[in-house]
Amino acid sequence: MAAIPGGADHAHDHDHHQPTGIMRWVTTTNHKDIGSMYLWFSFAMFLVGGVMALVIRAELFEPGLQVVDPDRFNQMTTLHGLIMVFGAIMPAFVGFANWMIPLMIGASDMAFARMNNWSFWLLPPAAILLTSSLLVPGGAAASGWTLYPPLTVQMGIGMDMAIFAVHILGISSIMGSINIVTTLLNMRAPGMTLMKMPLFCWTWLITAYLVIAVMPVLAGAVTMILTDRHFGTSFFNAAGGGDPVLYQHIFWFFGHPEVYIIAIPAFGVVSQVIPAFSRKPLFGYASMVYATSSIAILSFIVWAHHMYTVGMPVAGQLYFMFATMLIAIPTGVKVFNWVATMWRGSLSFETPMLFSIGFLFLFTLGGFSGLVLSMTAVDIQLHDSYYVVAHFHYVMVAGALFSAYAGAYYWLPKWTGHMYDEKLGKLHFWLSIVFFNMTFFVQHFLGLAGMPRRIPDYSLQFAEFNMISSIGAFGFGLSQLVFLVVVLKCIKGGEKASAKPWDGAEGLEWTVPSPAPHHTFETPPVFK
Amino acid sequence: MTSPEQGGTVSDRRNRSTLVRLIVSAFLMFGFGYALVPFYEKLCQVLDVNNLNKQDNSLPLNTQVDRSRSVTVEFDANLHKLPWNFKPVTGSMVVHPGEVVTIEYEVSNTRQSAVTGQAIPSYTPSAAMQYFQKMECFCFKQQTLAAGEVRRMPVAFLVSSSLPKDINTITLSYTFFEVPGATAEAAGRDGSAGTGG
Repeated sequence: MAAIPGGADHAHDHDHHQPTGIMRWVTTTNHKDIGSMYLWFSFAMFLVGGVMALVIRAELFEPGLQVVDPDRFNQMTTLHGLIMVFGAIMPAFVGFANWMIPLMIGASDMAFARMNNWSFWLLPPAAILLTSSLLVPGGAAASGWTLYPPLTVQMGIGMDMAIFAVHILGISSIMGSINIVTTLLNMRAPGMTLMKMPLFCWTWLITAYLVIAVMPVLAGAVTMILTDRHFGTSFFNAAGGGDPVLYQHIFWFFGHPEVYIIAIPAFGVVSQVIPAFSRKPLFGYASMVYATSSIAILSFIVWAHHMYTVGMPVAGQLYFMFATMLIAIPTGVKVFNWVATMWRGSLSFETPMLFSIGFLFLFTLGGFSGLVLSMTAVDIQLHDSYYVVAHFHYVMVAGALFSAYAGAYYWLPKWTGHMYDEKLGKLHFWLSIVFFNMTFFVQHFLGLAGMPRRIPDYSLQFAEFNMISSIGAFGFGLSQLVFLVVVLKCIKGGEKASAKPWDGAEGLEWTVPSPAPHHTFETPPVFK
Repeated sequence: MTSPEQGGTVSDRRNRSTLVRLIVSAFLMFGFGYALVPFYEKLCQVLDVNNLNKQDNSLPLNTQVDRSRSVTVEFDANLHKLPWNFKPVTGSMVVHPGEVVTIEYEVSNTRQSAVTGQAIPSYTPSAAMQYFQKMECFCFKQQTLAAGEVRRMPVAFLVSSSLPKDINTITLSYTFFEVPGATAEAAGRDGSAGTGG
């Protein structure tokens, strides 16, 4: 199996010939090791992207220019977006997938263990490319994370570094997704049909298909920018017969499914946690599967609602408006199912459940502001305003991030073998939810009053809400360090966790001891 | 129960075929991104949107013209110690407030050398001045005429629709003054243009 010197000829007891130290992590093909590395990497990138967000909020604390010059400010908004989307949220859920999918379906490992190692180790070079582009002449890409031409065709070498980073991140996530699809389709324990898979596995199966379908389209779009910049093509250069609006169509053909690539695994985690702490099976399992699939399919035909202001024919605007509103139906099915799962359940409010309920409230709120934005007539007023910023932070932070925290607290005992500090966990939740709303709720008002996004300065009438938002942002940023403390404490020690520390939890992952041994399910369990 | 070795080979084969199908899908989607380029162009062409080559023959419509009123504009030309001939091509005309009108003046240099002049406009009644808007005028810059040169120069203007009701006639009068020394300077500029002066 493993082509490690000294280990190749003793395939049976390769446990004892593992390299130690750093090389253990560089050469590992174990899904649990790789899952842990994904999770640590995404948390590190979350802190990097978070510091960038704090630079933005520090600049916006008061009107006028105080902290960074406008060019750096634009670089901060761009890198914050790219790092949080591709470096923090996506790898976090790939980390969950790596750790939990084989345990949930009773497989010994991911289908392609060597490729799994590659998928992870492509991430650090991409992260280095992105962050070090701040140091090159001209600075990092400053076009916003959507990388719209003509700006992206004009910028310096930092832009090329961002393009290569997006290429590498794309290849990594495609390889990760191929691995997940193959594992889920071919390696389930005997007796586990597709409709008996835990919902987290279903959401990842759908997400992985989305990644395989749209990440190559993004790779194509940034490749077109690259050839426009250096090889004389004119895909987006109007002077050469190209069209910058074409880029927006291609980008959002990727970009809208990307929103669900981030959201759907979050739905999966919450669908595991809420039944466990309601001590009831998930309400409407089959409808959850169909609703998730419908969301994924609809995500391909609504992209132009991100670009109502480019000058679309009215018929186009109407089509994209109604198609977008259609997505509220399967999403509503999911929300009602989660609520129905809790209905008359025997609820208890440990940290994972708190984060899931926080997710449920705030994600729904973000969904409603999304519904407001789907209306063309309204969107033309709110386009590129802080209302949009508030909307997508409600679905990305309170949606995806809170769900990731719910999952982390839920499975930490399985990963470490210790119970985490419940008091600190609850503190983390309450600090997060208060400061999150302080940061982002007021941004709705700023947007409605007309404050544009991605501008380092603003008119005086926006001063109070911006100050509140900035204080909230620093509070939110610092509260995330509580999570780091909880995880480190939990790794070092704490109350011993049993194989199944949550009495309401269901699934094969709770049949293996805690911490999960390095090798599990070498002979597949029989699933009833 | 199958032994791991046997299970491994069967599942390995299935995994490999899934892998191949998924990799092919990824490459096809990469191609699809590029296929969107001609697809977009074709779609724009069929729907006749976003056509940059389409000629727009409709003149911009001026909706600000007040056709219920007419104002007579008279054109006058004077020379101040300048050996030129200077006269309007049209002596006077009737315009509607808000309407953009272009007229011409003709000037000729009777001297045997180049002369530079500057025209200064004045209005009668002087209250009309703020309502008389010139978009283009030879008076915006100095005019240098070579020996014996004849030139026609346009004036594009409109009379604002907020012109007071009691003004029915406006006289626009230009006086050309010689700009002393400017001709030599202009000639010097022209002569040394090649050396980047």
